[in-house]
Amino acid sequence: MDLHFGDSAPTDEERAAVDSLLGPATSAWEGAENRSDADLRWARGGREARERRDLLLPGLHAVNDRVGWISEGALAYLCRRLTVPPAEAYGVATFYAMFALKPRPAKVLHVCTDLACAAKGSAQVCADLEERVGAPGAAAEGFAWQSSPCLGLCERAPAALVLQAGTPYDTVPAQRDPRLRDVGASARATGQDRPDEGPDDGGTTPVRADPAANGAVVRPLRPVVDGATAEPAPRRQAFAVVAPATADALVDAATAPEDAPDEPSAALAVPQAGQEGLILLRRVGVVDPYSIDDYRSHGGYTALRTAFDIGPAGVIREVTDAGLLGRGGAAFPTGRKWQATASQPDRPHYLVCNADESEPGTFKDRVIMEGDPFALIEAMTIAGYATGAHVGYLYLRGEYPRALRRLENALTQARLRGFLGDDVLGQGYAFDIEIRRGAGAYICGEETALFNSIEGFRGEPRSKPPFPVEKGLFGKPTAANNVETLINVLPILTMGAEAYAAIGTENSTGPKLFCVSGNVERPGIYELPFGATLGDLLDLAGTPTDIRAILLGGAAGGFVRPDERDIPLTFEGTRAAGTTLGSGVILVMDDTVGLPRTLLRIAEFFRDESCGQCVPCRVGTVRQEEALHRIKDRTGAEASNDIALLREVGQTMRDASICGLGQTAWNAVESAIDRLGAYK
Amino acid sequence: MTAIPLQLPRRLLEFTLDGEPTRVPEGATILDACRAAGKDIPTLCEGDTLTPKNACRVCVVEVEGARTLAPACSRRAEAGMKVLTDSERARTSRKVVLELLASSTDLSTTPRAAEWIKEYEAKPDRFGPDAARVNETPKIDNDLYVRDLDKCILCYKCVDACGEQWQNTFAISVAGRGFDARISTEHAVALPESACVYCGNCIEVCPTGALSFKSEFDMREAGTWDESAQTETTTICAYCGVGCNLTLHVQENEIVKVTSPHDNPVTHGNLCIKGRFGYQHAQQR
Ligand SMILES: Cc1cc2nc3c(=O)[nH]c(=O)nc-3n(C[C@H](O)[C@H](O)[C@H](O)COP(=O)(O)O)c2cc1C
Ligand code: SF4
Ligand code: SF4
Ligand code: SF4
Ligand code: FES
Ligand code: FES
Repeated sequence: MDLHFGDSAPTDEERAAVDSLLGPATSAWEGAENRSDADLRWARGGREARERRDLLLPGLHAVNDRVGWISEGALAYLCRRLTVPPAEAYGVATFYAMFALKPRPAKVLHVCTDLACAAKGSAQVCADLEERVGAPGAAAEGFAWQSSPCLGLCERAPAALVLQAGTPYDTVPAQRDPRLRDVGASARATGQDRPDEGPDDGGTTPVRADPAANGAVVRPLRPVVDGATAEPAPRRQAFAVVAPATADALVDAATAPEDAPDEPSAALAVPQAGQEGLILLRRVGVVDPYSIDDYRSHGGYTALRTAFDIGPAGVIREVTDAGLLGRGGAAFPTGRKWQATASQPDRPHYLVCNADESEPGTFKDRVIMEGDPFALIEAMTIAGYATGAHVGYLYLRGEYPRALRRLENALTQARLRGFLGDDVLGQGYAFDIEIRRGAGAYICGEETALFNSIEGFRGEPRSKPPFPVEKGLFGKPTAANNVETLINVLPILTMGAEAYAAIGTENSTGPKLFCVSGNVERPGIYELPFGATLGDLLDLAGTPTDIRAILLGGAAGGFVRPDERDIPLTFEGTRAAGTTLGSGVILVMDDTVGLPRTLLRIAEFFRDESCGQCVPCRVGTVRQEEALHRIKDRTGAEASNDIALLREVGQTMRDASICGLGQTAWNAVESAIDRLGAYK
Repeated sequence: MTAIPLQLPRRLLEFTLDGEPTRVPEGATILDACRAAGKDIPTLCEGDTLTPKNACRVCVVEVEGARTLAPACSRRAEAGMKVLTDSERARTSRKVVLELLASSTDLSTTPRAAEWIKEYEAKPDRFGPDAARVNETPKIDNDLYVRDLDKCILCYKCVDACGEQWQNTFAISVAGRGFDARISTEHAVALPESACVYCGNCIEVCPTGALSFKSEFDMREAGTWDESAQTETTTICAYCGVGCNLTLHVQENEIVKVTSPHDNPVTHGNLCIKGRFGYQHAQQR
């Protein structure tokens, strides 16, 4: 490689951001400021640095989180440290929506305009916001705002997220921060079954930190400074979730995210919280998500002990016998995937947890990770043990800051207590977990794109075969599973495969989480045994009388009619009805937005999120959006030419695209035309 | 397929190609089998000196029992596989892929594009006059070669040739995402400020003419480029001991571009700046 880094130097802040991840540069070869005698005699970097290529994405995050954008000097310095060609690093950085390569304010407001939020008035929020602070993108009042695809906060639509760049937050003492404790303790103390951290309007009552809590700051506290003598505090990294959003609340939150009102408990996303009989959601809203002790006193870590008792092969047998199918969308048998990984002679093996959750309308993984983070850590440990992995990567969606903090805390505590580390529970098994953050790319949820993303390459899907169980992350055998899939392993081991398989139907076993949003009375995550019908679920959530359509499975799924209440919510039942369960999205729409606009939003989503690798998807998604734009006010014969064109382009995307994104980009539109009679 | 003279004989496997039993060596792609059987499948991102990215999808064929079509250039033939190269489904996808490409990029210098568009009855105009195009203007930032990305179909060949498959220089990459993705240097700097070493190996593999010799670009602009009036002479580069093969393309007694035979077992069509661009001395008269 003949690397060429250009002349731009990093600022002190940028250098500090990169060094906080990689340590200080040890030689001028790596971009240290002063050249030593040794530097003139031999070169450093090379293979050793190149082997750290997977730190490119964390490095880009470090700079973007600190400064708000990535300058030429910062990118060049990061490239020197990792011996990555700048052109490649630039290609990687420009792949992700969360990174900016041009200056922008430290505070960026992301306003969701996706399906559930559109159904709840996001267009009005954007219009009001535009009136107050100007067009998206432009910096006004110290922040810039932009519209965003689904933020995974659909139960509180319309939703928005403020991210503020600054010095890193303190990860460790979170458990001592009273405001960040979820509901657990206080809820039990007061005997409420639906504890409340804030009012239903998203919490307008600010809860202030007790300064005596002594710097135990995570989001969204300001660093505690010593009154009069203090220097002006450096700007801290912070975030604020505003949901449901109004323009006024957004401007306030974007102006001072540290002072924004607290987010309500994750339990508020679970209308059934605290009810008897829940399996996957039983701890959400009940335990303190910051306390490993609380987790253990609610049955935590019994499944891992069972796993050690029955051994890796025993775990795989149980998971296979339980009939567990992947919950990430493809419904692949998990036992088979684990068996195939475990039996590969090539080493090391990796475990990957896919927590990229970006399918519009999906927020179940977020609620689990925020409400019961230790469960995921335990489940990943079991999965690693079964598949022979000693390292697990948790690839977390970049727009999930609260889940990130809770998982970071959970990892710290699990390590301290010996639930992770060189010798888990004294069983001679070494396992640890690394969190890797995505950076705003739906496609990185596709498992092979996810591997590329972790490895520091553009998040483009690989062609299969070879499959991940054979050549996955870093080219090694890898088991990749969705968050919900993994946490199902806990009840499988505690209740036994047989009892687990008795739940649900013959071909879809166990409990299932459904993400209900849109025009319903009680949006949120519902847990039902497989086999419940669409009608059962709608009754639980409470639907108005004027429903126009229900979207199953998210943007990659399909629409059904309100009168199709009898569709069984199982993999086989939805398939037989010519639709899909996908990631468990049930998005209910009345007539206020209108089908043509909704379809346009879906088409826009796919156009934005296509990685651009293959022609059918890269250009096809653009042509699909154009055609839908042309017919947005047309029906009948006036629309028929464009509908014929859509069908042909859609069929080509489905048949000839490399990955599931392009292959499903036309599903929802097709179902709206054929099932709902759109444009008739 | 690159000619690799010495290797163990490979086992043969049998599969069905358009109803005919076909035997190919293990590891052969469906495209290898099609070519051996004299079938003409369109290809763009496949190249004889590179591992294809299988991104263009113009070569898709139908594999019986598979949910989606398969790229012939990359899918290996498997024993018992039943492949249809000319089914309605495969032809429709190829046609639409050609329409999508031709409606968004300039295929005027892509060899065979016009012929395929005719053969598949593709109608790029059907997307209307407002269909979004790549819309790039030629980047002329050095004396040796021009990047006219309006013609780029994003086949990744130049990136692979510049990077890990051949040159190891990594001067260019794909930047941006989706329809906005472009071949780019870091921060889109001009080539002279990039890591480019002007080996021109990207030009050698570009299937569309998006990358071309400045001499070719200028003559095309002036309307004087005339391939039928050109001769090609393969000779040996005299600059160094490697002794690469050069093919000199000469029009009206002027060297107008230099390529290198892809079947050379040592260099596979790759050259360095001297062999590729250092021909002016041969023309000093
Ligand atoms: C475009 C696209 C996006 C995806 N996004 C996700 C995601 O966010 N989370 C997820 O678990 N799976 C996602 N998947 C599915 C994964 O590729 C993979 O099938 C899944 O993680 C396997 O885990 P499972 O077997 O536990 O379901 C996506 C697939 C595609 C094609
Ligand atoms: S289908 Fe779309 S997202 Fe998938 S590889 Fe092709 S361009 Fe990328
Ligand atoms: S410039 Fe040429 S070789 Fe490079 S991607 Fe575009 S068409 Fe392919
Ligand atoms: S092209 Fe370059 S490497 Fe090849 S013979 Fe000429 S000078 Fe030597
Ligand atoms: S958060 Fe807006 S649609 Fe999901
Ligand atoms: S030639 Fe096969 S996908 Fe491009």
